[in-house]
Amino acid sequence: MTTQNTAPRLSWRERLTRFDVKAAPYALVSPYFILFSVFGLIPLGYTLYASMHQWKIGNPERTFVGLDNYTFLLTTYDRFNWSVVNTLGMFVMATVPQIVCALMVANALNKRLRRPLLWRMLILAPIVTSVIAVGVIFARIWGNEYGMVNGALELMGLEGVNWQGGRLQSWFAISSMVDWRWMGYNALIFLAAMQTIPKNLYEAATVDGASSRQQFWKITVPQLKPILIFTVFVSSVGGMTLFAEPLMFAPGAGQLGGGSNGQFQTTTMVLVDILRTHGNFGIAAAAGWLLFLVIGVVAAINFLVVNRIQGNK
Amino acid sequence: MSTATAPRPTAPAPEAAKAKPPRKKRHKGHETDGVFAPTMMTRIGLGFVALLSVFPLYWMLVIASRTTSDASGFPPALLPGGNLGEHVRAVFSHPEADLLLGLRNSFIITGTVTLSVVLISTLGGFAFAKLKFRGSKILMGTVLFSMMVPLQQLGIVPLYMIMVELEWLDTLQAVILPFLVNGFGIFLMRQYCQQAVPDEIIEAARIDGASTFGIWWRIVLPALRPAMVVLGLLTFMLNWNEFLWPFMVLSDQNPTIQLAIRQASTAMFSADMSLVFTCTLISIIPIAILFVVFGRQIVHGIMEGSGK
Repeated sequence: MTTQNTAPRLSWRERLTRFDVKAAPYALVSPYFILFSVFGLIPLGYTLYASMHQWKIGNPERTFVGLDNYTFLLTTYDRFNWSVVNTLGMFVMATVPQIVCALMVANALNKRLRRPLLWRMLILAPIVTSVIAVGVIFARIWGNEYGMVNGALELMGLEGVNWQGGRLQSWFAISSMVDWRWMGYNALIFLAAMQTIPKNLYEAATVDGASSRQQFWKITVPQLKPILIFTVFVSSVGGMTLFAEPLMFAPGAGQLGGGSNGQFQTTTMVLVDILRTHGNFGIAAAAGWLLFLVIGVVAAINFLVVNRIQGNK
Repeated sequence: MSTATAPRPTAPAPEAAKAKPPRKKRHKGHETDGVFAPTMMTRIGLGFVALLSVFPLYWMLVIASRTTSDASGFPPALLPGGNLGEHVRAVFSHPEADLLLGLRNSFIITGTVTLSVVLISTLGGFAFAKLKFRGSKILMGTVLFSMMVPLQQLGIVPLYMIMVELEWLDTLQAVILPFLVNGFGIFLMRQYCQQAVPDEIIEAARIDGASTFGIWWRIVLPALRPAMVVLGLLTFMLNWNEFLWPFMVLSDQNPTIQLAIRQASTAMFSADMSLVFTCTLISIIPIAILFVVFGRQIVHGIMEGSGK
């Protein structure tokens, strides 16, 4: 059905207007979709292709190897599997306390405070720093020799900890960087959602004699379920692609190896190492897809966990 | 009108009506809305968290303005010293820290990306909010999907390969191009446009013979200005602090400010802590200024642009 058939006597101006109404929306959204396709979607498919080939930098020859790159990563290259363990460990260590803290802070910010904007800005302040700045500062806080934490421990007559030395302590220190930078941001997102909870729910609960703690767990948290799912999802993606914090945490700031035994080497660090240091496109692409799968699984598990929160709606 | 006019909060959907009780009654009505009355514990707890948030930033200033030996002592120095000016001069002339080039590159990259994201987002946001066209639902779904899935992370392998092929490694366009659009921007502009631009105005303009592009330019853009400020600020902050992709494609000879600091902290690690902290401080200043001047807009942007 074209306009020409039904209304043959339209002036060119009217036709132009009709064309404009039909075509202009596509013209308006096209810059986004063109750039998104070129730099987002097409690379995605290209990665799949690359992951099934033996393909190295500077070598035009590509041989199809099927899933060999994947099996190499999963069975031969120990660092990859360990990196998944490390990334998962740091993700859990960082995310759980972060979300709990953010919820409590948001709850406090939701009260009638004087100067609410000032409080929010103070809580949000860490966002001005870059990961690199956080790395520089926190290297000093968790440093072995002159670190603040070890200094405090020694002052209390305890022995300092070698924070870079083992898995758990290095994960802990790195998680603190993530939490410091993102807790306030998440608190503000929770606060925004809390402000949409109808007040009469609380009034009714107060009449029924529920304490504020009970109201927090029985009303606030269940009502926040959608935003919790969203935040946990975003944190899963962010946490599973952790890169710069562990990079900066290594002594000398900037080793892709993630400590003497790779104890805090994340999957993205392995990926970048394969790509940049070894120039092996095929294996890096396979690592990218495996990481993508892991993120999917983690996000799904998180969804199931958060979705279990029950409330009296 | 300058961009500093106080923006309305983006997209206050009806259900987003503030649950905050009226401010004037602050000290009254303790009985009826007890849950919203701050207790002593609230204030102490919040104060403690605020202290933890701000202390590392303050401490950076302390160390940047004192000598390295002060920084290494315990208990650590807690008051700023008088060496900041000297340190700033030192780091700008330090051979291991290419701060000026880093700042210049970061301004170019971040400025271009911010401009592009804001403009392209107003175009797309307007189309999705106000125009009817076939496939708009599916396309918007794609935008939402792209917000959730870390394509950039997955994409770094092929993007890096492409940059190698094009021999664009170590060029600024390699850093800029993949970041020119972002789904969050489209989403934010769509949300804001839905409530900031009444349908009647668009209809009226059409009757007057305005083209779609003309409507965008003369009606939509001015109406979206507050949201553009918010999106611009968030995009600027995010890209100023971006590390992974510049790290992939740029070398230490042509760094962004983040790469310059990493390089400085590697080169001067533990040798001169206060200089490293001075570099870090300098890198934060542009964002810190934005944060202080536009704090209200940034807080609103994050709160209103989140999820929902």
